[in-house]
Amino acid sequence: MRPAPPRLAIRDLQVRFGGRPVVGIAEFGLGEAEIVGLAGESGSGKSMTTLAVLGLAPTVGATVRGSIQLDGLELTRLSQRALRDIRGRRIAAIFQSPATAFSPVFKVGSVVLRALRLHGMSRADAADAAARAMRQVLLAPDLLDRYPMQLSGGQLQRVAIALALALRAEVLLADEPTSALDVTVQAEVLELLRGLREREGMSVLLISHDLAVVAELCDRVAIMRAGRIVEQGPASQVLSAPRHEYTAELLAAVPRIGAGPGVTG
Amino acid sequence: MTVYVARRVALAAVVVAGVIIATFVIARVVPGDPAATWAGPHASAAQVAAARRFLGLDRPPAVQLLDYFGGVLSGNWGLSVHTHQPVLSDIGTAAPASLELVTAALVIALVVAVPLGLVSARWPGGAADQAIRAGSILGVSMPIFWMALILQLVFSQHLHWLPAAGEYSPGLLFTSPLAHITGFSLIDAALTGNWPMFGSILVHLVLPAVVVAAYPAGLIARMVRAQVLDTVGETHIQMLRALGFRERAVLGRFAMKLAWNPVAAAVALVFGYSLVNTFLVEAIFDWPGLGSYAAASVATLDTPAILGVTLFIALVYVAANLVVDILQAALDPRIRLR
Amino acid sequence: MIEAPTPADIPAAALPRGQALRRGLRANPLLVVGALAALLIVVIAVAAPLLAPFPADAGTATHPFAVLRPPSAAHWFGTDQVGRDVLSRVIYGARISPLVAVIVLAIACLIGVPLGVAAGYFGGWVDEVIMRVTDIFLAFPSLLLALALAAVLPTSLTSLTIAISVTWWPWYTRLIRGQAASVAGRPYIDSCRALGIPHWRIIVRHILPNSVTPLIVQVSLDVGGVILTASALSFLGLGAQDPTPDWGLMVAEGQNYFTTAWWVVTFPGLAIMVTAFAFNLLGDGLRDLLDPRRTLLS
Repeated sequence: MRPAPPRLAIRDLQVRFGGRPVVGIAEFGLGEAEIVGLAGESGSGKSMTTLAVLGLAPTVGATVRGSIQLDGLELTRLSQRALRDIRGRRIAAIFQSPATAFSPVFKVGSVVLRALRLHGMSRADAADAAARAMRQVLLAPDLLDRYPMQLSGGQLQRVAIALALALRAEVLLADEPTSALDVTVQAEVLELLRGLREREGMSVLLISHDLAVVAELCDRVAIMRAGRIVEQGPASQVLSAPRHEYTAELLAAVPRIGAGPGVTG
Repeated sequence: MTVYVARRVALAAVVVAGVIIATFVIARVVPGDPAATWAGPHASAAQVAAARRFLGLDRPPAVQLLDYFGGVLSGNWGLSVHTHQPVLSDIGTAAPASLELVTAALVIALVVAVPLGLVSARWPGGAADQAIRAGSILGVSMPIFWMALILQLVFSQHLHWLPAAGEYSPGLLFTSPLAHITGFSLIDAALTGNWPMFGSILVHLVLPAVVVAAYPAGLIARMVRAQVLDTVGETHIQMLRALGFRERAVLGRFAMKLAWNPVAAAVALVFGYSLVNTFLVEAIFDWPGLGSYAAASVATLDTPAILGVTLFIALVYVAANLVVDILQAALDPRIRLR
Repeated sequence: MIEAPTPADIPAAALPRGQALRRGLRANPLLVVGALAALLIVVIAVAAPLLAPFPADAGTATHPFAVLRPPSAAHWFGTDQVGRDVLSRVIYGARISPLVAVIVLAIACLIGVPLGVAAGYFGGWVDEVIMRVTDIFLAFPSLLLALALAAVLPTSLTSLTIAISVTWWPWYTRLIRGQAASVAGRPYIDSCRALGIPHWRIIVRHILPNSVTPLIVQVSLDVGGVILTASALSFLGLGAQDPTPDWGLMVAEGQNYFTTAWWVVTFPGLAIMVTAFAFNLLGDGLRDLLDPRRTLLS
């Protein structure tokens, strides 16, 4: 099914929080230029997985055991300094509520430029890369001079994507990127994510509780429940012919326009 | 933003008016006859009566209030019954030294407390945090006058590291006299390149400033810790971590920028408080500021002077709060761009 | 992303019971230390006649032949400038400061809470008037206003208490007003009014209970502050008079002999510091314990 080894390979991942196990993933992979969905209800451990991949689990008091490999590099055994090099540079993340993802007292561009310079770019190069990335997400570069409260949710999310672009990350962890956005804006952001795969060859992990979004964008999908993956496979297959009853339940809960009550697509 | 500033200024003006009235009311409650004090202990009845007319004390209270109000606003804060000088000019001579002391104390407090607060927030619950918390609470629990005496005894009397009292070495009065430009000794010394004097003042400033800095330092350390910890779980902080910034930068630069707002407000609040604290300390260190002036006024029951000092400090307080309000608006785009 | 819940949604917490309380105490060693120390001071104050080796020295007794003796086996804290045992006076002094604090804060609450409730609940011009007056009082740093008042009233411990009370109530008005306003703004209060429930019942049933926790925290935090203010005023001679064994007064009296007889100033001052410290630790610890946000983040 997967000819090339996965870019991001998770094996026997166990995350514990407050003494309880919250994530238990036996095997999960994210290949090159692939969009994989991690779907499930709130509280199923999806966000925790993201934190674990970034090595940020300790910041919320969670412990991690198991293997997370990025192109063969074992992330769980890296020093903090090595992890900091990887964060942003090779693995980027965008968050659910873009309005709170940017510090309110800093201009948006300030964060972008600082991040770029943190990872080695000169001031001039950073400015160029930022401007170029902004145009790629169809935003005017001078919007970088604004404060987060002056930009809409959709614009902020696009800036976040631009940041990942400018950093030339290999993997993008998108945690509910469209949940806080209007439907029309959602479509634009999803289109941008698709473009990341197409043009940049980025691997995107799309975390969402919205199966409609997953269906539209993802090549493969994994269904999470209570921290475990109950089913995974090609999106078209999993979403049309689910093998696990939980997947079927989730699908049944998705509202369809024009369908009568209790009828699944 | 202009609307915000205008509103703040208007509110401050209302408060100032109330302060002036309150001060006047307190004056009426004072026992003892200011006219008699003015005329002196050996004055005749006629002289006391003349003094009363001179001081305007024979007019009806409402008129006196209006006079006082108008006087205050036009710079006439009455005459000190003790020095017979205009109270405002007395205050003008004495105030700069106190303001210098408080400013120095606040600088020390910020320099010491902000890093400590950040360390506390970085490893909350750890040994350093507990120690810093205990230290901060100790700082705000210090009886200032006692701390002043103890420090004076230890550092001056026993260790001879620092001078015991005064604003500068008395000998310098002759060798490097201080020019009077702004009234602020340190600034005047620096402006005229009078470095021996500058150094001497600085050295004399250390002990009193450290004493006055104890309370603000404790307050600021706690505040920084609380503010930074409040933001620690928020999404934008996680995003900064996810971008690869060191925790030190995440807290020290990004979280701290958010924290400056409430910290600045706290500094304003504590400015007035510290100014009054200097009263307790100035006598002990023989620092020629407002506190010494106020102490003398209280001792001689010099009502106009006492009220003048009270009014002055209340005004400084209101002004400090106003400045911080405006500064907060300027620093925080969320307020400025509303 | 894991986010801390917004504080607006959390109701005022009640004192945690049982296991939660034990966990809270273990996480807060400073609170335990503060509480024990405060308790110890109260015990000392109550048991003063039993603990003080020379109880009469706390009163009018003087011993001209035992003046300024350094600390020894007979006088652990030495003797002062008229020969009185410093230890006994310090012990008796424990009766004064905390008592002043209790009275001041009681008065402050009695004045401040009703005003704050009125301002917050009724809003409108009532709110404006009360808050402007409060602001004017708040414009004077408390020590300053207390100083001005104490200077014009006849010097005594009573005047001092009154002076400090007058300067302290505004903080409580502001605090309670905030609480009352936030509760009064909630939709269910409107429903209560629509049902014809009288104002006073709404206030007692809904507004006041919400204010209890922040009030307790503020009071416990303020005890230390009042003690410091009172001792500062006594130091300036505006409070208790000789021979009352007030700690601030003792420091003032001992000033002149300080360079040779350090014990006369050191021990009373130390007592002030330790007492203020203990109550501040207690107040601080209580705030941490009762603040729901803090416990969630720990």
